[in-house]
Amino acid sequence: MKATYLIAGALAALMLPATAQAHRQWMLPSSTTLSGDESWVTVDAAISNDVFYFEHFPMATDGIAVTEPDGSTGKIENAAKGRYRSTFDVHLTKPGTYRIANVSTGVMGSYMLNGKQERLPRGTTKDKLASVIPAGATDVQTAEMSNRNEIFVTLGAPTTTIFKPTGTGIEMVPVTHPNDLVSGEAATFQFLLDGKPAADLKVTVIPGGIRYRDALGQMDLTADKDGKVVVTWPEPGMYWVNASIGGGREGGPGGPGGPGGMGGPGAGALGAAPTPPARPAGPPQRRAAYVSTLEVLAP
Amino acid sequence: MQIRYRLALTGTAALGAVGTLAAPATAQTLNLSVAIPRLSVAEYHRPYVAIWIEKEGATPRSLSVWYDYDMKNGEGTKWLRDVRQWWRASGRALKLPADGVTGATKAPGDHKLSFTAGKGPLGALGPGNYTLFIEAAREVGGREVVRLPFAWPPKPGATVKAQGSTELGAVALTFGK
Repeated sequence: MKATYLIAGALAALMLPATAQAHRQWMLPSSTTLSGDESWVTVDAAISNDVFYFEHFPMATDGIAVTEPDGSTGKIENAAKGRYRSTFDVHLTKPGTYRIANVSTGVMGSYMLNGKQERLPRGTTKDKLASVIPAGATDVQTAEMSNRNEIFVTLGAPTTTIFKPTGTGIEMVPVTHPNDLVSGEAATFQFLLDGKPAADLKVTVIPGGIRYRDALGQMDLTADKDGKVVVTWPEPGMYWVNASIGGGREGGPGGPGGPGGMGGPGAGALGAAPTPPARPAGPPQRRAAYVSTLEVLAP
Repeated sequence: MQIRYRLALTGTAALGAVGTLAAPATAQTLNLSVAIPRLSVAEYHRPYVAIWIEKEGATPRSLSVWYDYDMKNGEGTKWLRDVRQWWRASGRALKLPADGVTGATKAPGDHKLSFTAGKGPLGALGPGNYTLFIEAAREVGGREVVRLPFAWPPKPGATVKAQGSTELGAVALTFGK
């Protein structure tokens, strides 16, 4: 039952959405609300400190999947990788809401072999787990990780067919449709963890455009017992949404995202006694991360 | 055309109590005047304009949409979402072009429109408080929405006026029989 924080740390650098340096992964669609019989969106995808500026690394596009409004699989086109950002296009040919998502799952962990601690190779998946642990290994420690980075775009009227949860990782189930957001209005989203309401999940919402203002404007929200959060959009624009568990990262329990200097609404909401960040010794924690970019229109 | 009008009539139940009460012996009309201002700009395109009515608790109803409906491959529909309040309220649920609703963009000047209760896109109106919206969005320009609240049935001689400040000029609503 040894903790494997070293491994966790090494892996965290490769994972979404944010490392200790608060790098944020994001996809930014050219438009989320479209009219006409068909249309295109082009998407920038990058990993950077500030949303939505490409300043650090392009995001890989090979894992990006498109789900069309009727649930069928679409495709990205014209993918290209620049120094600071990737771009790709999606051709919208059906009315309704599309999902553009980079979803990954994997297993991390370690084992002891011949007195040495070995790490599971990168990219290990649950079904391949048995094949990567050699015979004679002892003290096998594993933890699953699930990452989801998704955006939504709608041609015509919004639809909800694509929002059926898969039951893996953190997922967002809209109460308010993510392509029907208007500043000054409240929007409700339900978060699930492995298919069940993610009660008390910390959700961070950051408006884009920090380069041209002083305050980050981060909203720290806590999901209620049904996993629901309510966001009232202060102004139109693109917003970065992030939630994670198990990594001690931004927005997650034990992460640095909570009590900001500006006293966000979520800070200390659970009561008077500040709970010390729980870092229990033991097997590596289940990790899951969620990222989305939401566009809020002017009324 | 007759078949289409009949379809439109049966589809109007959404805006409140229809039934036999809502069809007076003489048809009432909404007479609307909309001024599109002449703008001194380097690149001018006629605005997309949407006109619709809303009533609390009822589905908004599009009366007119002026856009580039005749471009090849329907390219003009790409910008309809920029008439954003209308797009959210009604446009995105419409199948376009829509009979009696779709129209060409209009040049600067005063434009008169008339809608008859119980007919065409206006359909039958149940009694209550309504708002008529006029929203204009111009390519490489701005966007403005002007509201005209009115009660139905209208008082005799009632006039509702408003004044746009950027993309719309004077708008006025009168009622006739």
